[in-house]
Amino acid sequence: MSPALVLVAVVFVLVATGVYLVLERSLTRVLVGVILMSNGINVLFLVASGAAGEPALVGSAEPARMSDPLPQAMVLTAIVITLGLTAFLLAMAYRSWQLHGHDEVQDDVEDRQVRGRAVRDETSGSYDPDDEEAPVEERSEDRRRAHASPSPRDRSPGDGPRRAAQRREEGP
Amino acid sequence: MSGVGALASALPHLLALGVDDAPTGPQGLGLRATQGQVLEWPTLVPLPVLVPLVAAGLALALARHRRAQAAVSTVALSVVLATSVAMLLAVQDVGTLVVTVGGWPAASGISLVADQLSTLMLSVSSAVTLGVLVYSVAQGAADGDDGAPVAIFHPTYLVLSAGVSNAFLSGDLFNLYVGFEMLLAASFVLLTLGGTSARIRAGSTYVVVSIASSLVFLAAIALVYAATGTANLAQLPERLDALDDGVRLALQLSLLVAFGIKAAVFPLSAWLPDSYPTAPAPVTAVFAGLLTKVGVYAIIRTQTLLFPEGRLDDLLLVVALATMVVGILGAVAQSDVKRLLSFTLVSHIGYMVFGIAVGSVAGLASAIFYVVHHITVQTTLFLVLGLVERRGGSTSMDHLGGMAKLSPLLGVLFFVPAMNLAGIPPLSGFLGKVGLIQAGVADGGVLPLVLVGGSVLTSLLTLYAVAKAWNRAFWSRPATVGREEETRADDDEAPDAATTLSGVGEVSQRQDAVERAQGVSAVATREDDEAAAAGALTGAAVDPERTPVEMTRVPRGMVAPTAALVALGLSLTVLAGPLLRVAEDSALELDQRQPYVRAVLGQAAADRVAPTTQVGPAGGSR
Repeated sequence: MSPALVLVAVVFVLVATGVYLVLERSLTRVLVGVILMSNGINVLFLVASGAAGEPALVGSAEPARMSDPLPQAMVLTAIVITLGLTAFLLAMAYRSWQLHGHDEVQDDVEDRQVRGRAVRDETSGSYDPDDEEAPVEERSEDRRRAHASPSPRDRSPGDGPRRAAQRREEGP
Repeated sequence: MSGVGALASALPHLLALGVDDAPTGPQGLGLRATQGQVLEWPTLVPLPVLVPLVAAGLALALARHRRAQAAVSTVALSVVLATSVAMLLAVQDVGTLVVTVGGWPAASGISLVADQLSTLMLSVSSAVTLGVLVYSVAQGAADGDDGAPVAIFHPTYLVLSAGVSNAFLSGDLFNLYVGFEMLLAASFVLLTLGGTSARIRAGSTYVVVSIASSLVFLAAIALVYAATGTANLAQLPERLDALDDGVRLALQLSLLVAFGIKAAVFPLSAWLPDSYPTAPAPVTAVFAGLLTKVGVYAIIRTQTLLFPEGRLDDLLLVVALATMVVGILGAVAQSDVKRLLSFTLVSHIGYMVFGIAVGSVAGLASAIFYVVHHITVQTTLFLVLGLVERRGGSTSMDHLGGMAKLSPLLGVLFFVPAMNLAGIPPLSGFLGKVGLIQAGVADGGVLPLVLVGGSVLTSLLTLYAVAKAWNRAFWSRPATVGREEETRADDDEAPDAATTLSGVGEVSQRQDAVERAQGVSAVATREDDEAAAAGALTGAAVDPERTPVEMTRVPRGMVAPTAALVALGLSLTVLAGPLLRVAEDSALELDQRQPYVRAVLGQAAADRVAPTTQVGPAGGSR
């Protein structure tokens, strides 16, 4: 069986434009992209079902001349599912607009913080300087120093003198 | 939303049932064998899907009666658990159970297949689901009736459970897709419960990624159907074997990508730590335990049954290594325990992929054992974290401290599964890892040996990460440090401290939903780390002072299911012998391929399928 070229081209165009739109930041465009992609894949099922034939109703035609009903049943299910998911995505885009005034997908705040610490060459926020087995006097002195310095993080050992000096230059 | 999922799954069933009534319907009724007696084992097979779906409708109708709703859900999931365990035991005796829905012959209809692997997964998952349900019922009872949207929690949760069962029992690719969609649709609702800002943000990533993976899966099914003319898992082995090598490789890759996203395998895993931690504790727990494992199950099923030559094993090994190492390095960098656990979740998926990629029976058996262990442990840890959040008011290591003194019981409940996750002997995590390492060494190749090293390293780093959380949350002294710094913070950053103060005050009034949202908005306003430090420290200092009542109460109803799951995790160690035997049997069954085909299509079809060990060029290893 050789698939119909037109159908394959339709699948290609729909999925390609869909992928392009899904890569956007705005949820509405993502939504349109999802719809296009899913329609493209539904057409792919038509390609999979082979050449068109008679309607697949019992007794209406020779079974050999009927078109394959199974992919049609699958597409029907897939369409229903995609409809539901699309509705949900639309509701979420609306909710996002309600909350933020736009529907753009935002970055993960916590993730950005972790990345920022890495860029600034700091120890992780979960690092506890008290874990160090330093003598008590030294630690209290440490703390006094920390009091004077602009940030408590400056006293963390991973920080290094270079960073601390730079920090002092920048000021609080 | 859940209704759509349910409808979608019911649709093919209804169609099948409708046609079956017609006199010209297909011959060979699937349940004919059972007509003589009242009850036979195959009758049980559809129950794990049907019972939660029916109960979901009932729970939706009872939305105004919280007690009745909770009772319906609990009874339904208990029935599912009992059925699953009964099937697990039955499968040992009578072999694989098959039901062809609506009586259509297996080739064109929908078959539900319960073999050893399915029933094992089903038993563990339903035990965990039930535990989390009891926990969330207790949480709802403790919090009163303010959370109005919680009325949809029970129906959605039941649909999720039905979807998971459907995926495990499914005998064809398309029904597997429907199962995935049911659980995904339900998970969308659960993840964005209440529609707060933080959850919408997390949810949008999750929903888009999930839909994308579903579309890849759907496209793969279309391609498989175009190439073979069937989506039935029992018919596919024979027809795929007859295909051209290149076509088969393309199909294998597209299925792997689809399942890889769902299982959160490394390059496709970035969505998980971003989205899971914002959900309510019970929801995160059940997601972490089940959803990724359904993806792993699908990988196991398709890699063994459909593509036994293992041409992508090397790729899978590399991916497994990357998943383990990158995941755990992410975990080490986190300061929020929920996020830390989400990263360990990704990391430990690598172990299971490792077992699959080694491809020997021993590797598969260890991977299956590891899945069972990991479902239990990961769920338990997230539940404990929910309790910690209630008691300590936060899940951030910067805010928590001295929990061991506040609640020694929570300390024990956290410590045991945490050590289990890291793989301290004699716990089940250790046994699973040893099994995988043995399988890797037995394989003898260079790459598996590198993987062995990687898995040991990951295990150590897991120990480091959870021990850090344990030290900081349970043994550090935040109160004294916090107070001292607070005065300093008040001097230096009075405005910032004031804003965070009011933020924290509101936080402790409400449930974790609001808390996450507030925390994020508070974080977002922090321009530099001076302000961040002030916020963190005042948070630590203020929490215990502002709300002494709210956080000192942890309802017994929430502790009990958590403790039960910890005990279940421990029992995996005690019952490791029988469990490993089941895992080995199912791995052997998967490796031979013929038992599955024979159970669904009969002996003649099975004879045309070569067992895995004879297909591969290497012979003996896939």
